[in-house]
Amino acid sequence: MRKKLQLGTLLLLAVGLVLLPKLSPFFIVFVATEILILGLFATSFNLMFGYCGLLSFGHGAFFGTGAYVAGLLLQHLQWDFFWVLAVAPLAAALVATLIGCLCVRLNEVYFSMLTLAFGMMIFAIAHQWRSVTGGSDGLAGFPLTRVGLGLDLVLANPFHFYYLTLVIVGLSLAAIYTLTISPFGLILRAMRENSERVAFAGIPANRYRLYGFILSGLFSGLAGALFAAFSRVAVPEMAHWTQSAEPILMTILGGSQFFFGPLAGAAVFLGLKTLITSYTSEWMIYLGIILLGMVLFLPKGIFGLFERWLGGRT
Amino acid sequence: MSFPFLEVANVTKSFGHFIALRQISLTVKEGQTTALIGPNGAGKTTFYNLLSGRLQPSEGTVHFCGRPVSGQPPHKINKMGISRSFQITNIFSELTVLENVLVALIAHLGQGLHFWQIVHRDKQLASRGMAMLERLGLSALAGSRAGTLSYGDKRLLELAIVLATEPKLVLLDEPTAGMTPEETHAVIRLLRSLADEGKYTFLITEHDMNVVFGLAEHIFVFHRGELLAEGTGEQIKANPEVRSAYLGEEVEGC
Repeated sequence: MRKKLQLGTLLLLAVGLVLLPKLSPFFIVFVATEILILGLFATSFNLMFGYCGLLSFGHGAFFGTGAYVAGLLLQHLQWDFFWVLAVAPLAAALVATLIGCLCVRLNEVYFSMLTLAFGMMIFAIAHQWRSVTGGSDGLAGFPLTRVGLGLDLVLANPFHFYYLTLVIVGLSLAAIYTLTISPFGLILRAMRENSERVAFAGIPANRYRLYGFILSGLFSGLAGALFAAFSRVAVPEMAHWTQSAEPILMTILGGSQFFFGPLAGAAVFLGLKTLITSYTSEWMIYLGIILLGMVLFLPKGIFGLFERWLGGRT
Repeated sequence: MSFPFLEVANVTKSFGHFIALRQISLTVKEGQTTALIGPNGAGKTTFYNLLSGRLQPSEGTVHFCGRPVSGQPPHKINKMGISRSFQITNIFSELTVLENVLVALIAHLGQGLHFWQIVHRDKQLASRGMAMLERLGLSALAGSRAGTLSYGDKRLLELAIVLATEPKLVLLDEPTAGMTPEETHAVIRLLRSLADEGKYTFLITEHDMNVVFGLAEHIFVFHRGELLAEGTGEQIKANPEVRSAYLGEEVEGC
């Protein structure tokens, strides 16, 4: 019963997302694209937070790396977008490997602080290395024309870009979901609770954490590359700690214990932000108040609320 | 040439000025259920921590089937065939009972990096996990969240996790602590039948002398970090030094 309900909802959502450009104005499609990209970012963040129990405060580093590598490849080498999307996440995964090696030994707040420090280091590089990154101006005006693979898409067309994003994010979410239900995913969930018990069962716990961190960084980098193409810039703010805070907020809003929690959180966060900015430029205050209320009254996020309703019914 | 099963040679463990274990040398024979007893603070748990890689000895060596244990991290020691339980129950409360065992099975079978496989569709994994739960009488609870189990069942579940990695030497740290008398009897019967299978060698610490004398074929007595005595149950009961170490505590048991 519950499984059917979940599957039905998912199917309905998928159909809705495919039909969206036919039904809604340009502006909505634009917001939906952003939700998909940042939803992927938040979901890959949650692989560490919700499944592995480690709160990274530096995921902007991987998002930013993906964005900058995409920007650089497009600007200097004019690669097809497909290849950019293949290589930029690998660069982010490489950065995640280096940072992860030093961070996964630590727990709780120490892990968070160290990831924050490394995140700000990547931000500092993006900000200071003017000759490559363009300093505080970032990279802008890179050409985005061909997708590659013989696909006849016009990336400047927001509808085409939306569909491309939908496919890539959809496939990525499917891949991450498969990870979470694999033996590897079970080990991650076990480590969230008790990494010592896992070690005494014969698993090198820190190494598994590192693998999780690298995979999380990989998909964050993919989101960053998509976001750079979407916004047509790569700026230092994409690696800033405020960027790292966004997936945390989205995940807590949606519910970290649910696979689609971060995506739902991204939709609510960006939906509210868009709505409020259309009324007032002081959107941060209002958004903050709403988020505070939601975190206080919905500790398990939006999905936790759904679960309570469903639980009451069955 | 055959190596001793577990050989501890001149092991000392000190924490700063405090010496928790002093010059311990002992050998555990394969297939012989062995108990480690001693008053609180005798160094039993520290000794377990040295055998399982949680701590490293300050001096001395531990060898298992001829291979060095000291200096190895816990996961490698487990792979060598030594698996342990903890005095404070150590399970995965948020996972189901079956998943708890699957974690250990996945580790044992080296499937931890099978990213493409779906855990709950793996029939072989599930049947092995269920067989283990069956053995410990937990199969009816397979789908329950481990945190909801009774205290005794949690202890049994930890034993299932320990055994699922198919160890040769099983270190149990007070397996019946906090259990009701009925549960304790059930555990004694279970451990005896597991020992009779001949797959596992048990090394057990216990405060309950009924359990110790009921199970152990060989007993080591620790006192203030030193090995005070060793021998069969009868020899230990008759040992005046052991009696004075326990100073009025019940040694006779049953």
